[in-house]
Amino acid sequence: MSVALELFAQQGADPTAGLTAIGRGIVYGAAAIGPGIGIGIVVGNAITAMARQPEAAGMVRTTMFLGIAFTEALALFGFVLSFIVSG
Amino acid sequence: MILSSLLALEFPPVSHVTEWPNFIGDGLFGVNKVVLLMWISVALVFGFFFIAGRQRKLVPTGVQNVAESVNDFVRESVVLQTMGPEGLKYMPLLVMMFTFIFVGNVWEIIPVAQMPVNGRIALPAYMGVLVWVLFNVIGIRSQGFFGYFKSVLFPPGVPKLLYILVTPIEFVSTLVVRPFSLAVRLFANMLAGHLLLVSFIVITAAVFSLGPQLVIWPVAFGLLVGLYGFELLVAVLQAFIFTILTAVYIAGAMHPEH
Repeated sequence: MSVALELFAQQGADPTAGLTAIGRGIVYGAAAIGPGIGIGIVVGNAITAMARQPEAAGMVRTTMFLGIAFTEALALFGFVLSFIVSG
Repeated sequence: MILSSLLALEFPPVSHVTEWPNFIGDGLFGVNKVVLLMWISVALVFGFFFIAGRQRKLVPTGVQNVAESVNDFVRESVVLQTMGPEGLKYMPLLVMMFTFIFVGNVWEIIPVAQMPVNGRIALPAYMGVLVWVLFNVIGIRSQGFFGYFKSVLFPPGVPKLLYILVTPIEFVSTLVVRPFSLAVRLFANMLAGHLLLVSFIVITAAVFSLGPQLVIWPVAFGLLVGLYGFELLVAVLQAFIFTILTAVYIAGAMHPEH
């Protein structure tokens, strides 16, 4: 790390340039992990429920969209935060 | 210059992906393409329901048919699923909300427009605050001021000691995060879709300009066409989710939890 910083300093380059982009990527990437798993669980269980009781499919589908919406909100917060992160 | 940027005929600079230049006025009250599209969507929704409801027939035809099916969809899969028959008095609000958000979203995939109105935070934020005021007023009116806040902040069936933990969580999740998450969900979905389409359009154009004989550009173009269909799905789904969450919040405010 210090070697890289010295190299940057010798060439007169800004060692922090581009760190913002990396930070943005990490913010959104990390925020998408949990909701990704969560949406998988929600939809998987909804499909199980629909397969077991096809006559309740309408109600399950509505509840499934609600669950997706609540879970997905976390990932979208990360999406918005990644725009707010600045160097 | 203005006309071609308005109609998306020429390739705009990358800063115009979400920030359109004003063409009337400037500053805070300038009118740019997003504002213009918002006015057009208001006029479209109003005109659609005005024409559909002008001559009400028992057996609907034409425009009335479309309006009736929108009405039916909101009634069957939003209102009756969440609020039950007593929620039918909020039908006008929810139908207008669904239609307006859908029209605002679907500008994203219409050539010449190519910009979702809800891809800017202003309109979703306004609608989020509107829903927040609405469900709080409905809750206070149907349960009384103290009754409503008691049922929100102190949900029954919780051990007394846990209220130290539950009350702040309920306060934040019900009264602070709800309008924010409603607005951000709609905004971020539309903005993400817009950026996705922009990226694929740029990729297709760049690869095509490298050489039309390249094998890869039909792949990029095919993906772009597929994404247009996907964004139509997202436009409908986000309008549906916004409407159904509004209905759920109103239903939760009308009746205390048991």
